[in-house]
Amino acid sequence: MSDLPLIQADRAVEPPAATTTTGGRGRRLRLLSRTDRVVITLMVLVPLLLVTALVWLPALATVLLSGTDWDGIGPLSDIDFVGGRNYSDVLTIYPPFMPAVRHNLLWLAVLFLLATPFGMFLAVLLDKELRGSRFYQTALYLPVVLSLALIGFVWQLIYSRDQGLLNAVLGTDTDWYGDPSVNIWAVMLASGWRHVGYIMLLYLAGLKGVDPALREAAAVDGASEVKSFFRVVFPVMRPINIIVLVVTVIESLRAFDLVWVVNKGRNGLELLSALVTQNVVGEASRIGFGSALATIMLVVSLVFITIYLATVMRGEDR
Amino acid sequence: MSRPRTQAEYLARLVPPSVAGLNRRTLLAGAAGAGALLGTGLLAGCGDSDSGGSGAKSVSMGSNASDPTPKDVLAKVSAAFKTSSGIEVAINTVDHNTFQENINNYLQGKPDDVFTWFAGYRMRFFAARGLAGDVSDVWGKLSGFSDAFKKASTGDDGKQYFVPFSYYPWAVFYRKSVWQQHGYQVPKNLDEFTALANQMKKDGLVPIGFADKDGWPAMGTFDILNLRINGYQFHVDLMAGKEAWTSDKVKKVFDTWAGLLPLHQPDSLGRTWQEAAQTLQQKKSGMYLLGLFVAQQFNADEQDDIDFFTFPEIDPTIGAKALDAPIDGYMMARKPKSEDNAKKLLEYIGGVDAANIAVKTDPGTLVANSGADTSGYSALQKKAAELVGSATEIAQFLDRDTRPDFASTVIIPALQQFIKDPKDIGGLLTSIENQKKSIFTS
Repeated sequence: MSDLPLIQADRAVEPPAATTTTGGRGRRLRLLSRTDRVVITLMVLVPLLLVTALVWLPALATVLLSGTDWDGIGPLSDIDFVGGRNYSDVLTIYPPFMPAVRHNLLWLAVLFLLATPFGMFLAVLLDKELRGSRFYQTALYLPVVLSLALIGFVWQLIYSRDQGLLNAVLGTDTDWYGDPSVNIWAVMLASGWRHVGYIMLLYLAGLKGVDPALREAAAVDGASEVKSFFRVVFPVMRPINIIVLVVTVIESLRAFDLVWVVNKGRNGLELLSALVTQNVVGEASRIGFGSALATIMLVVSLVFITIYLATVMRGEDR
Repeated sequence: MSRPRTQAEYLARLVPPSVAGLNRRTLLAGAAGAGALLGTGLLAGCGDSDSGGSGAKSVSMGSNASDPTPKDVLAKVSAAFKTSSGIEVAINTVDHNTFQENINNYLQGKPDDVFTWFAGYRMRFFAARGLAGDVSDVWGKLSGFSDAFKKASTGDDGKQYFVPFSYYPWAVFYRKSVWQQHGYQVPKNLDEFTALANQMKKDGLVPIGFADKDGWPAMGTFDILNLRINGYQFHVDLMAGKEAWTSDKVKKVFDTWAGLLPLHQPDSLGRTWQEAAQTLQQKKSGMYLLGLFVAQQFNADEQDDIDFFTFPEIDPTIGAKALDAPIDGYMMARKPKSEDNAKKLLEYIGGVDAANIAVKTDPGTLVANSGADTSGYSALQKKAAELVGSATEIAQFLDRDTRPDFASTVIIPALQQFIKDPKDIGGLLTSIENQKKSIFTS
């Protein structure tokens, strides 16, 4: 604590005018010792550098590469710029693109409108202290512990046309993973199976934190179960609701593992993330073209992130 | 460069690669044979005295042989190589598909001295981009390879970059017992083939087994129809991007395929080739166009029941002599840690001893070296070897004969689209052609 006298010195040389105008807040800032300032600088700089190096630079590189036709081989000096050709190719002559956009939106809609509300509904049910509620919790949460790739394999055993469980039980011969009009729903069911458990647990944790007095008060005032949930509990749970919303959007944007395991995101299971991977990661190595797809995905994500941030910040101002 | 260790190697260095020819090859082959006769002790002895930068007695190998049988073959070959040369082979096995998908990064990073790969466009591409080592002098010491194999191992610059090891033909497979029971005959042309398939349908069989969940098996069907209708040279030019996909020739391939599609197993896009092969094995389907590896899905006591015929003639002026027979083999990294050891290993792999080990160990493949003792072949292998031996031209398979970006991001979705909706061939081909132009000009 040998720095302490220095604070005094700092304060001493400060022009008095500042102290009077900024009031309490300004005073607190100037109370920081040199160590504090170093620590704060480090705390800001280190994450900033990490985020820049690991997120923003690669994102920027992706945007830059999307204007080239690089095949991933050879020195960077070999890269030729082709302007917007990759983008016009994506939009005009790349057949999987439009289905991929549709499927991503469909994925978001299904998770948001079906899986998430269902998970919340289960959480509300489990919150009622049913007999064996621990068992249900565990059973519903179990899929979340499995990786999506593993879930793909597990459901493959159920969905296989010739050898699968589902067709054997139903006596049908639907090609669950192969028929492009069916497979996206089959995959989303598998994905929803996991998502429901995740949302259920998040929401249940939130429900446990709601003050029981609120509900009692609502009950005393004569509100029905449903009314007290929507009018009292739901608004109180706002922070959890936002987390659930964000998780849903993130899950639908990063949907990838499952379709990749099923058929590498082809034939009815096109998703933007799968197309990026097909073009960039595999033997194909269409780095430029794949980067253009990735940039489009970045823009789509930014739209959702902006909407989310705008909503949250407006809420906070209120 | 370190000193030559054998007479053969010494001789090989006297002849510049540019004058490499038949005389030199036979001479050196003789020299290599003489070296082998002198005993393996010589090589091992020389290895001991090696003090150069080549790092003495080990060589690393990147292998995609992740299936049990090929893995076993490679283990035995490297053990035999160690006995004969004293050089230890450190094998890095990576899952077959993963190896293939990561090949670009792998080769640009620090690849193993020797690695498994395929003959074809991709091999030549790596050679042209300087990602593979020139092994022309190893070829100087190899014998027992037909010109077709040498051609398949040669890069665009006329040097060899690849040592072939094994291959397998694509053909139409069936179960003898099923055919005997129904009295089916091998069809000689497309009409007979169609009539046979229709008869199978009447007999309650799925005429032609089919699966394309993974995207590549349908390429085999496209290839063989294209080879039968338009011939080998057109296949090569089409794959090289020189011919238009919108041409009538390609259209005719798809039209013919569309005619046959109702005779194929339905719902193929959700089925793996293993599942389709099992329907053949369970006598539910009558025939199945696939590589020789289809035999893996049959029990040991059923192996004798498998038979095949090459896809029948469609155009009499083209005939039915060309086929897909992909060659697997080995390449050397651009800068191997111990080039001498790597070349010795490649020479051993290309030799008769290694081929003999493969014949004994793997019944699902054919060895490339004609000097190998093939008396251990099963009837199926013998017939397959005869089929390839009588082929006038050998194609490598669509995704090995063209750019991988074109094959995987354009052709796979396009063929799946065709299987889904065989009616709009014109629109599909226009889409392929537009994407081809964009990819091949980059």
